[in-house]
Amino acid sequence: MTTFTPTTSDEVLSTVAWAVAEESPLEILGHGSKRGIGRPLQTEHTLDLSKLTGVTLYEPAELVLSAKAGTPLAEIEKLLAENGQQLAFEPMDYGPLLGGEPGRGTIGGVLAANLSGPRRLKAGAARDHILGINVVSGRGEAFKSGGRVVKNVTGYDMSKLMANSWGTLAVFTDVTFKVLPAAKTEVTLAMRGLLDDAAATAMALALGSSAEVSSAAHLPERIAARVAGGTLGSDAATLLRVEGFGPSVAYRIAALKTLFANAGPLQEISGEASRLIWRDVRDIRPFADGSEKPVWRVSMTPSQGHQMVLTLRMQAAVSAFYDWQGGLVWLRMEEGDPEAALLRGLLRKHGGGHATLVRAAPAHRAAVPVFEPQAPQLAALSARLKAEFDPKAILNPGRMAPGAGSATLGIAT
Amino acid sequence: MSGLAMPKPDDATMRRRDEIVADMRIIVPGEGVVDATNQMRAFESDGLTAYRQLPLVVVLPETVAQVSRVLKYCNDRNIRVVPRGSGTSLSGGALPLEDAVLLVMSRFNRILEIDFPNRIVVAQPGVTNLGITTAVEQEGFYYAPDPSSQIACSIGGNVAENSGGVHCLKYGLTANNVLGIEMVLMNGEVVRLGGSHLDAEGYDLLGVMTGSEGLLGVVTEVTVRILKKPETARALLIGFPTSEQGGQCVADIIGAGIIPGGMEMMDRPAIHAAEDFVHAGYPLDVEALLIVELDGPGVEVDHLITAVEAIAIRNGSTTCRISQSEQERLSFWAGRKAAFPAVGRISPDYYCMDGTIPRKELPRVLAGMRELSEKYGLGVANVFHAGDGNLHPLILYDANVPGELDKAESFGADILRLCVKVGGVLTGEHGVGVEKRDLMPEMFNQIDLDQQMRVKCAFDPNHLLNPGKVFPQLRRCAELGRMHISGGKLPFPDIPRF
Repeated sequence: MTTFTPTTSDEVLSTVAWAVAEESPLEILGHGSKRGIGRPLQTEHTLDLSKLTGVTLYEPAELVLSAKAGTPLAEIEKLLAENGQQLAFEPMDYGPLLGGEPGRGTIGGVLAANLSGPRRLKAGAARDHILGINVVSGRGEAFKSGGRVVKNVTGYDMSKLMANSWGTLAVFTDVTFKVLPAAKTEVTLAMRGLLDDAAATAMALALGSSAEVSSAAHLPERIAARVAGGTLGSDAATLLRVEGFGPSVAYRIAALKTLFANAGPLQEISGEASRLIWRDVRDIRPFADGSEKPVWRVSMTPSQGHQMVLTLRMQAAVSAFYDWQGGLVWLRMEEGDPEAALLRGLLRKHGGGHATLVRAAPAHRAAVPVFEPQAPQLAALSARLKAEFDPKAILNPGRMAPGAGSATLGIAT
Repeated sequence: MSGLAMPKPDDATMRRRDEIVADMRIIVPGEGVVDATNQMRAFESDGLTAYRQLPLVVVLPETVAQVSRVLKYCNDRNIRVVPRGSGTSLSGGALPLEDAVLLVMSRFNRILEIDFPNRIVVAQPGVTNLGITTAVEQEGFYYAPDPSSQIACSIGGNVAENSGGVHCLKYGLTANNVLGIEMVLMNGEVVRLGGSHLDAEGYDLLGVMTGSEGLLGVVTEVTVRILKKPETARALLIGFPTSEQGGQCVADIIGAGIIPGGMEMMDRPAIHAAEDFVHAGYPLDVEALLIVELDGPGVEVDHLITAVEAIAIRNGSTTCRISQSEQERLSFWAGRKAAFPAVGRISPDYYCMDGTIPRKELPRVLAGMRELSEKYGLGVANVFHAGDGNLHPLILYDANVPGELDKAESFGADILRLCVKVGGVLTGEHGVGVEKRDLMPEMFNQIDLDQQMRVKCAFDPNHLLNPGKVFPQLRRCAELGRMHISGGKLPFPDIPRF
């Protein structure tokens, strides 16, 4: 069992080339903050990128930042904040949910897991902001794709292909992201006491207005008490975030208040208090309970989210809350069984989407497909793609699905 | 056609043309198969009209099952296929091949679903870009990416090319606004990627399909996200004595945290051509003209107009007009939108390029272009998506003068080399197609290109779908799959391990 900790891209290349020659699988690791997601790995060696660090290019006026893959996300976010900028897709932190420290994670991991946050609704995910990559494939070859400019259709967009590949296609050495100005003002409007279906209707109404709502979440009764240190109280809270220049935010909040004049008492939360709420929604704080109770991340059609949960509740004890206007459902299975087949069956009946088991005991993660199984033809295509990047299956083999070479085999649940 | 090598036509396919046409008529009955030369003329080129080629046969399917059967038929018999949407590509992406079936998707022209609560539209690929907006605008919604060909270009073609438009700095490209597609692989398999939810599961095949220029699959359905129309939009028309000052103004606007809905720049030749053509009231004594459009609620737009005006004055603007009415805003845009035909009036032909550069390199690239213009003895006018660094030099030439097209193409290639040299790319939104195919090695080495071709191998191992586009040299998938193993030595034994 060897852990390689390269400090240069060339060392990454020689490590992977060696592993290819030895046909010896590698676990690819940044800070390991998301190590508990996916099927447990059984690799002999580890490739630890946490020493491959440094911001190599940052030009605020060009809205671009490049960094070595192991650069801490926290370091990048601090640098951006000092310049009034941000990663607009608001990458979440799985640390609290998975029992790790908050604030860990590398910029490479952000891309590998295609992270995003509540602002995903308006600003997209990591995939929408990646501009270019330098990587080492499982063939032991270094290649690049993309560049440092926003508009670029030169060749296939291999950078996007790396998003959500969980280290199974290539090892990142350098990544280049588009960065954007941070909003100067943020205000959250909270509607209180709505049931899930009323909340879904309200969120759809808000997103369909001109108020440019950047995030919309619904925390049902009791869940609301578990964010921002309990300051929201325990009544259900339907949250609409508005960001931008001061006068514009004030105007749009007023427009929302008019829109929801009959929706009961409205609460206005601004500045740091608002930021704290959204950080905790982003990081699934309501379920960061130190347990191993299964937690699902379900992406689906927004209007269907609460309906699926309603049906699910008839057959299993679950806690749920909603982000992305209801299209991102976080579920905690209270009885300890992931109920994968039940959940995925219901998901298919409610417009489709995908369910990822982001927290579970290792035994469950080995037995239940952590990532949504794909239709057979799509699974076969994904497996062919995996083989074109990593023919000897040395990069995180089996993390996304059982079987050495296949990435996401369509195993029926 | 200048010296562009396309894949050698397959003799066996050419010999079996009659049989193939007859079989196509069985798969796509009715009017869906066109094989008469005079009728196929309409399809012999796309928006890059310097290149023309009649296809083997034109097939216009109406159902997904027909698309699947056509592709499977061709795959089984080693027949090449070129997909085509509306044929507005500016890079020759839909250029037919002599031995290939031209698969035209224009009969897939229906909107299948409009879902306002979830803000999505499901459309067949032949629906025009503008057609989506038209279908939802009565409720105040629109589809954001707006390529200048939006009245004609199809949403399926937008996916193939990852189309942009003047608003993509703020609202993103096609890739950021498409949630799902249904596509048919060359072997006839129908695959769905994404849907009406955010982020597809597994590998981001939707991301790689978007902008793949018809080489990976044929799109048969598209799900896009729609947005609520901004309440208002106003524009500033700002003139500068130098392009450096204009460039600095753009950088300072973004530096102030402002992302305008649109930000366009024109150079002196483009300004003059446009003004002569549409009389938009552009100042003629400036080197750079900037149009900055701000959209959103009225209070926000007013707030930002004031901020941008101050930045412009600080950067030495000599004129700065602010639109006071919708009519005036449109008049600011009239010249910019007519820039291509305006240039067409001052020159018998023009050749439109499409590089992207880091914005700060604009003065250097413009200076380089002036030198090249003298070297080649051809004029050039520039329009520029200033916010995202996407440059459209229009090279002026006369196709009736022997050798001038070749000269224009060499000039264009030199401009793109310059773009790559300063950290930019060969194409920002028009695609590689056949036009920039042979320049790909300026940006990518052989390992980079081989890995891209391996992606192709996962989708279409026999290179039958749109071959001759994007890649300068096709290599067999079996050859690409071979591994070259070097060394079994433990790497850098000195570094710390735990």
